[in-house]
Amino acid sequence: MNRRHLIASVAAMTTISLALPVWAQDDPLKVGFIYVGPVSDGGWTYQHDQGRQAVEAEFGDRVETTYLESVPEGVDAERALTQLALAGNDVIYATSFGYMDAVINVAAKFPDIKFEHNTGYKLADNVGTYDGRFYEGRAVTGTIAGRMTKTNKIGYIATFPIPEVIQGINSAYIHAKKVNPDVEMRVVWAYTWFDPAKEADAANALMAEGVDVILQHTNSTAPLAQLQQQGKIGFGQASDMSSFAPSPRVSSVYNNWGAHYVKSVGRILDGTWKPEAVWGGIGDGIVAIGEITEAVPAEVKAEAEALRDKIAAGEYHPFTGPLNKADGSVWLADGQVASDKDLSGMNFFVEGITAELPQ
Amino acid sequence: MIDPVALFLLLLSASTPILFAALGELVVERAGVLNLGVEGMMIVGALSGFATAYYSGNAFLGFAVAALAGALVALPFAILTQFLMSNQVASGLALTLFGLGLAALFGKPVEGVKAPTMAAGPLGLNWIVWLGLAMVPAIWWFLNRSRPGLILRGVGENHDAAHALGYDVRRVRLAAIAFGGAMAGIGGAFISVATVLQWTEGMTAGAGWIALAIVVFSNWTAVGVLAGAWLFGGVTVLQLRLQAAGVRVPVQLLSMAPYLATIVVLVAISARQKFSRRSGSAAPGSLGQDFHALR
Repeated sequence: MNRRHLIASVAAMTTISLALPVWAQDDPLKVGFIYVGPVSDGGWTYQHDQGRQAVEAEFGDRVETTYLESVPEGVDAERALTQLALAGNDVIYATSFGYMDAVINVAAKFPDIKFEHNTGYKLADNVGTYDGRFYEGRAVTGTIAGRMTKTNKIGYIATFPIPEVIQGINSAYIHAKKVNPDVEMRVVWAYTWFDPAKEADAANALMAEGVDVILQHTNSTAPLAQLQQQGKIGFGQASDMSSFAPSPRVSSVYNNWGAHYVKSVGRILDGTWKPEAVWGGIGDGIVAIGEITEAVPAEVKAEAEALRDKIAAGEYHPFTGPLNKADGSVWLADGQVASDKDLSGMNFFVEGITAELPQ
Repeated sequence: MIDPVALFLLLLSASTPILFAALGELVVERAGVLNLGVEGMMIVGALSGFATAYYSGNAFLGFAVAALAGALVALPFAILTQFLMSNQVASGLALTLFGLGLAALFGKPVEGVKAPTMAAGPLGLNWIVWLGLAMVPAIWWFLNRSRPGLILRGVGENHDAAHALGYDVRRVRLAAIAFGGAMAGIGGAFISVATVLQWTEGMTAGAGWIALAIVVFSNWTAVGVLAGAWLFGGVTVLQLRLQAAGVRVPVQLLSMAPYLATIVVLVAISARQKFSRRSGSAAPGSLGQDFHALR
């Protein structure tokens, strides 16, 4: 095929695919997803795909969903988004932070298609965002950790020093400390979201320091496997990780994106969708607490569930004063509640955490 | 205070996957073949070892099958580079991509299930850790003291001369590539069967590339490989351990250290080559070159 033929056929194909959305008018609502990892990752992408399936289960024939998996962040994302747009999707969910600029660029070219970007902060006329208040879940697991530790040392395998992770560490520590004033928090920065070997090393390093309960922000089950070998406990992250229940996995904080997708698709179907920034927690169903197993005493389980329900009902905010920053300065006065703006830019530990916070 | 003995035991476990993969690649490169497919062979070993351990309930059988699978998946690379004369760099990269994709495809049925727990050996360390340590003197002895090792090195240094002496260059290289695959397979299986106890796509997370760096760092010696594996594994363990102890450490700098050390070693080797009469680098003379018997 010479170059002229190639250009001609590409032009022809583009024309055909551009015409597709017009034909699709009376068809079911077409919903597209792009995933950063494989559906089988058992964590982040797996949970998004569970959400996609929840949409199919809820709306049946009224929707048609497709997805592209393992799309790298960067230039390739723009190509994948364009491909989904040209394929006639009416709404596209982009499920990783790094897709942000690609979403904004492609959305500008397709003003009739709705876009939602996960964990980002850029809005446009046809672009909304959605994210989870994971720190709400950490308040619950932090409470369990504070009650369950015998050595009074709990560990946190952190990923990168970004606000979401810092919120999680602070929330877990505050609530562990609340039920166990002697508790100490050890933090290890793994600088990865997913690296089983390194996560296992991090768990072992924490246990060598006398830590007996580990909370993890990384996505593999490696820390749980190490905890099991030493008879210590931890929590599932991103997905339920129930294959390690009842112990070492005594509970989990997982992402239930289906709750958002069903709501969002419903609004598109009845025409009430608006581009907005959704930041949902336990109450919205986006953040879910996995079953608390029998390895946890009944009264601790009841206490954790009561906290979960109070947060869900909006009666309690995990960041309620009095709270000081690690440098001793006052952050929240007695009874004062942290603002979303404060939280989304959080770059400090609360008083009592002695670990290093890389800047 | 950090207990140095406990730290050393952590290091031994942490460096095992890269030690196996790098020892295998060492033998492959000493035979004159550059196989960049280590990551692909590791992930295939990780999957097959895990699946075998899960279905049979026997972790050791898992390691045996992982070795076999690693060697098998290296065979196409061997055929491509040794018989069809394709470029070793491109074929090796293809092997990595092929292995990652193959493992992802066949890994679907064992997602979410858990491997049997292994009984620990002496000092609470996995038996495979001890096997890895035993492989270091074994490979040293093979390369430097045995006749087949001498032939293998001869093939790697100058394949035309080895051919002229009557040695079958292709057969030696085929065996070396299969051995490298088997070792990488065991290294990969150590991650899935002994460390994580679950199968996840992409779980080797770049360990194969570190193994390749270690071979260069080692200046192509078995003892150097052990030192390199301990350095790479040790720095990771040490920085995590320091953080857990609450010591304020510049994490990024420590993570960079092994790579900086590799560059320093490379510079030192070439400087020695330039400023002294001794030949510095022990890189095999025919490394990465195609062999085509003209006569």
